[in-house]
Parts: sequence; structure tokens; C-alpha cells
Amino acid sequence: MITNKISLLVGGEAGAGITRSGFLFAKTCLRGGLYVFGANDYQSLIRGGHNFYTVRADSEQVYSQADTVDLLLALNKETILFHKDELVSGAGVIYDGDQISITDEELGRDDIKLYAVPLRNIVKELEGPQIMENTVALGAAIALLDYDPELLNSVLRDTFSPKTAELNIEAAKQGYNYTREHHGNSYGYRLKKTGSAGKKRIFLTGNEAIGLGAINAGCKLYVAYPMTPATSILHFFAPLDRQYKMVVIQTENEIAAVNMVAGASFAGARSMTATSGGGFCLMSEGLGMTGMTETSPVIVLVQRPGPSTGLPTYTAQGDLRFAIHASQGEFPRVVIAPGNVEESFCKTIEAFNLAEKFQISALIISDKYLAESHGTAEPFDQNRIGIDRGKLITETEYTGEAEYKRHKFTEDGISPRAIPGTKGAIVRTNADEHNELGYTTEDPVLTTKMTDKRFKKLDALKKELENYETTKLYGPEKADATIIGWGSTKGPIREAMKILSKEGITVNYLQIVYLHPFPADKVQRTLQSAKKTIVVENNKTSQLSSLIREHLLTTVDHEILKYDGRPFNPEALSQSIKEVL
Amino acid sequence: MVTLEDLKTPKTNTWCPGCGNFGILMAFKKALIELGIEREEAVIVSGIGCHGKMVNYVNVNGFHGIHGRVLPLAQGIKLANPKLKVVGFAGDADQYNEGWGHFAHAARMNIDMTLIVHDNMVLGLTTGQATSTSQQGFKSKSTPFGVIPPMLNPVAHALVSDGTFVARGFSGDMFHLKNLIVEAIKHRGFAFIDVFQPCVTFNYLNTYDWFRQRVYKLEEEGHDVTDRKKALEKALEWGDRIPIGIFYNRERPTYHDNLPHLKDAPLTKVPTENVDVTSTINEMM
Repeated sequence: MITNKISLLVGGEAGAGITRSGFLFAKTCLRGGLYVFGANDYQSLIRGGHNFYTVRADSEQVYSQADTVDLLLALNKETILFHKDELVSGAGVIYDGDQISITDEELGRDDIKLYAVPLRNIVKELEGPQIMENTVALGAAIALLDYDPELLNSVLRDTFSPKTAELNIEAAKQGYNYTREHHGNSYGYRLKKTGSAGKKRIFLTGNEAIGLGAINAGCKLYVAYPMTPATSILHFFAPLDRQYKMVVIQTENEIAAVNMVAGASFAGARSMTATSGGGFCLMSEGLGMTGMTETSPVIVLVQRPGPSTGLPTYTAQGDLRFAIHASQGEFPRVVIAPGNVEESFCKTIEAFNLAEKFQISALIISDKYLAESHGTAEPFDQNRIGIDRGKLITETEYTGEAEYKRHKFTEDGISPRAIPGTKGAIVRTNADEHNELGYTTEDPVLTTKMTDKRFKKLDALKKELENYETTKLYGPEKADATIIGWGSTKGPIREAMKILSKEGITVNYLQIVYLHPFPADKVQRTLQSAKKTIVVENNKTSQLSSLIREHLLTTVDHEILKYDGRPFNPEALSQSIKEVL
Repeated sequence: MVTLEDLKTPKTNTWCPGCGNFGILMAFKKALIELGIEREEAVIVSGIGCHGKMVNYVNVNGFHGIHGRVLPLAQGIKLANPKLKVVGFAGDADQYNEGWGHFAHAARMNIDMTLIVHDNMVLGLTTGQATSTSQQGFKSKSTPFGVIPPMLNPVAHALVSDGTFVARGFSGDMFHLKNLIVEAIKHRGFAFIDVFQPCVTFNYLNTYDWFRQRVYKLEEEGHDVTDRKKALEKALEWGDRIPIGIFYNRERPTYHDNLPHLKDAPLTKVPTENVDVTSTINEMM
């Protein structure tokens, strides 16, 4: 009997509420005191196709999905056929036996427990909508796992309107009772409430964490054009504008979005936009304008596989170089890659501070896997980072002796920043090269001086970042190998480390959180003592390896690369690591 | 009270002698003076082209942005601080070519700002190519055999996009244009003025004389500015007689009017510190 360790997959057609039911099961586990990770996999269509959501729950923290499935909730036959090879020996399959017939030949294995439950009939008898079949299946799953049905009921109550909740609770109950009666205690997995049961931890996506971080950081304007997988940030903000006194706008396109946040930043409001690669292409010119005008929006780039439209609903890390280099000319920026939901929250706050302090654009680079997967976290500490608006002149009147100069030359390159409306100050900026007052210039001496001024800010930023956790090291100082990664690979890498350590293989893991400016000294220090270096990335050309080569003149020993649109699975990743050791 | 002297900048003006932009520059300055708008209260935004130099030539807050993006940039400024008087200046290529995608949306959104388009029906700064308002058959460096498609009609487009203040001026009639700008800035909502401003170097066809022979004032012919259908009829007039003046002026709730939570303070005055997100965090348990 295996207790409090489960990998569940719910699958079916798009439109069948797959993500919702996976999420409900995950929350049920969360409220029983388990750590949960939830990942969705869906295609770029509205109806049909094959969608699935995997939930992994454990009494210990889980950082990613599992390679295998212990319990399959199959809302159509395709789900069984697609996922039968991922099932562990002794896995259970909950399906509607009246609707789906599956032969031994089709299944191709005899170590699976098939649990037929009349999902459709139960819904029909309750006169509920067909989509409620998945709630019946959830009730059945709770029964097989001998879990507390009241946990599911509480989640249903918090998710649906009272009337819908009651109907769903009844549907779950019928599924539960049927399964108890007909399938008894034959399943080898159990879930039990732990000491952490109750509403103590939070379960959220990377995108939601970025949204929370932005609000906490005082973001006042969020504008964006929908693009998967960044869209859910817009969905997160939209209903909250009144509560947090913000403006949230779906603009006509990404070009409008980036210009709008630049304008709002110039006028003194913290502002943010988010998009994926295609939208970021459209924003590139605007990004350069923020470099030249020293405006400071936060721009979130949630990656998906490219080039071009690529795989719209899948994951990749192919835009690292693009984020670092986008737009013509040379100008400073900061590029930050959170690796989990906590970092998505904290690094967003840091991004807002750094943007304003150094009067640059701050780019947060995430990807579909981090953005749309749900992770478990302790409720975020909202006071740890604080708000730093840099050299912002907050007085209503400018009292400097000389005329106010928006682009004044200073020691660190950062000019005191007045906002339009400040008495006694005329605030002028310019996408053309300009003088300190913001007037256009084509003078060669001034051009050099202004470029140097902007790059002095990069030096100041580098200095500031020495006090930031720009890299993180997990595992022992001395190890058989050092894995290097950035962004969402963090979860699978940490899971792979658990697997390897059980086999007596010690690896450590260097996560590079700040990709630009590159924390060369810190990376160098770790790599110097590394026996063997392995870069793990979700791209084809190992862009991180090239950054390491560029900044440290070092070639990493191995690259483990995956570019099929799917995240790494921990077991498979640990195998790949063993192969190169 | 702001004076013409206050609005002067140290920058040497580099427009061609006789350029239509001079009339717009002076009309705008005089409008600011007439309205008693303080320099710190005004923000001007310009795009790329000869018109873009407005930011260099008027000593108020300014943002000289990139080509075609005057509207979203100006909207961002106004959204952050609605107390500012925001006026965007764009060129015909800047707004009607590169930035066309923003135009209808700005009219629909009705953010309280003014857009003045310096429409010389040619690309000047890039030395003479056709734009979307160049007349059919207009020969230029990029259209040596003449422009093939018919010209775009920005006034009609503003009207059908639910623009609340739609006007056309002529920089050869500075006093009339000044009055239009005053009315546009006073208008609550998105105010748009297309301004004929002859390019004396690259537009051999649409010259001061060409316009003078054709333009007439809507207000002198008893045009009802609250009648959108009539306005559209007038917008479609082109040929021997071309109307200038206010085509349409009828207020409807602005974008901000629909944001009741921001009635008390602009975004720039909503505290950035200590924003408590606990209630939203609790919903994720």
C-alpha cells in the first residue's frame, strides 16, 4: 500500500473541463495537507483534440510532474490509448464502462486495474450537464484512494456558485458510493490527511504569482494583447482592477501595449505588459525606445516553441538570446528568469524596483510550463523586499537651482526623475539621441557621452546585483557533477536530483536567476570547483551554454537539450544525466 | 500666465522656409496661451517625421516617441495622470500609415486627449514618397507612375469609429486652426484634428494655393456639428470644394468616466507602497 504519494492524470476532449477537474483534485490534495504540482497539456483548439492535466501530490514538497501515472481519469477512450504506456504496474483507470469498451489487445498489458463507473448515467439521473461527468470521476477517485470526501466538497463549494456546488457535490457522492460498492479496496494507493491539513498553503500558477507580485510591487497599469501562454496574466488582473485601484486594458496589439506602459512609466505610474515570442517581436522597437528614453516598464516574456507561431500551447526556452538582445542599438536592460511560483512572485517585485532604480526596462522571462503549471507554496511574504523607486522626485515642486534636466549627467548615470506635472520642472524625453534636456541632438561628442551615461547605469546595476541572489546553488558544494539551468527546468532538475541521490549519485545544481547582466563572477566560482558541468535547457542551441562561453570563456562538458514542446520529466532527465556522467 | 516667450526653446528650427508646420506650431502655442494652460500641465507627444520636432520647439513636457506610436504613448501618459493635458502630434505617414492600427481604437476608447495630424500628403523627412493621403495619381520617388489606390479618408474614419470630436484645419489659416485646437483641448474625450499643411519641398500638387482655392469653413455654411450623418456626408466631400472646421462634436462618457475607482486620485497618486494582496492570496488556498 502506497500512502500520500500519487500521480493522477485526467484526460479528455477540449471543452470537457479537464483542467478544471485536475485543478479540483489538486486542491483537494492541498487541503488535506499535501504538496501538489499540477501541469496542463492542451492543444490550440477549443473543442475536440486531446487535453490532459497531471496532478502529483506528496507529503513532501514536489517540484514537477512525474514521468508515470498511478491513477488515470479517462473521460474518453483516447485518453486510455494515449497514456496506457505511462501507467505504472498496478495503476488504476477510472472510465465510463457504458460508453467506452476497451479490449485486452488495445490495452496491451494485464497489470492495470480498470474501474468502470457509469459517469454518464449518474449525471443523467441527476439531470446535470454532461461536463459534470468529470466530477463523478473525481468522487470515484476519492473513493478508490479512501480519501476524505469532505475535502473535495469544500473545494467544490469554493469553486462554484452555491446551486452548482450542491449539484456537483451530489455527483461526486454518487461516484464515490458507486465505486465503494463495486470496486471496494482493490486499489493500492491511499491518501490521508496530514498534520498540515486545512487552508495553509497556496496553490497557484507562475502567471498568477507574477500578477500577485506586480500588484504587491505597486503596479498601476497592466495592458496586454492576448497571447498564449501569457494570457492568463491578463485574466488574473482583469477582475482585480477596482480592488487594487489599477487600470487593466486589453490593447489593440502588443505595439500599443509596450508604448502605453512606456508612456505610463514616463508619467510616473508603475506599469507592466506581458506577451509571448510573437508579441515580443512586435514590442522590440518599443523596448529600444524605453532604453533611449530611460523609461522603466516591466515586460514579461512567456515563451513557447517557435519559430513563428510554433506550438502555441506548449513550452520552450528558445527566446533567451532574443530577450537579451531584442531591438536595435545598444542599451542596458535586466533579464530575470524565475524558476518556480515563489520566484515568480519575488522576482517580479525585484523587477519593478530595478526598473525604476536604474530607469531601464526589466524583462521577466518565463515559459508555458512555469506560467501555467500550478505549484504549492507557503503564503508569500509581502514585506520582505520593499519598494524602491530610486531617484524619483516625489515632491510636488522641483526646487533645484538649475533648470530640470531629465537626462542629466551624473556619477552613476542615473538622472533624478521628475514626472510631468511637477511644478518648476519641464520633463522632456526623446527617442532620438538627445541632450540632458531631452532635445534632439546629432552631435558626436554628446552622442558618445549619452551612450556612456546609459551604460554607466549598467555598471551601477551590476554593482547592485552583487547583493541580489542572482544565482542559487542546490545540493552539496562538492558533487560528481554540476547541473546548470535557468527558469522552469528548476522543478524537474530538483526532482531528478532526488532520484539520483537515492542511487548514491551526488549532483548539485546552479540556477542562474539573473541572465542579464550575466552574474559571471558567481557562475565562475561555482564552475571552478565543478567536476563536470551539464547544462539542461528546453531549446535546441543551448543558449545558456553560449552565454557561459561568452562571459567565462569556458565550454560546458555536456548539454541535455529538449525541444519537443514538453517539459523535462524527472526520471528521464536523471537517466540523461547518468548517461553523460 | 504662460507667454510666447516661455514656450520658446533653445533649439534652432530646421523646417524648410514656408513649411506648413510653422502655422501649426504657432496655432498650438497661441491655443495654450488662450486656454491658460501652464507649461507643467501640458504634455506633448510626437512621432517620427518633420512634425516630430514639435517636442523640440515647444517648451512644455514632451515625449518624442517612435514612428506611428503617438497614440498609445499619449494614452499611457493620460491613463497614468488624467490631470495632465495631453496633446499628440503625428504626421500623415506616422499616423495613417505606420500607426493606422491605433487610430480607430483611440477614437473608440475616447481617452480624453487631443490628436493633431500634420497632413501634408507626402513623406517629407525621408525626402518625398507617397503616403496614404497622397492623391491618386500623385507622382513621387516611390510612385514614379502615380499612386494607384485612392486616398485614405481619416476624417470619415474617425467618424465611423465613434470619434467624439472630429475636425480639419489648414495651417494656412492659423487663426482658424488655433480656434480648432482650443475647442479640441476643451473637449472631454478624444479630439482629432487633421491639418492640411503644405510641404513646400516635396508636394508640388497640394500647395498653399491649391488648398486656398478649395477650402471652405463648415461653420460658415451652418453645419450642425451634432449630426453625425451630416458630418460623414461632409467628410466625403473632396474636389473643387473641401470643408475645414469642426465636422462633429458630441461628448459621450470618456474612458476614465468608466473607471469609478479612480475618481479620487490619478494612478500616480495611488500609493505604491504597502499594497496588501492577502485577500487574493487567501483565495488560492
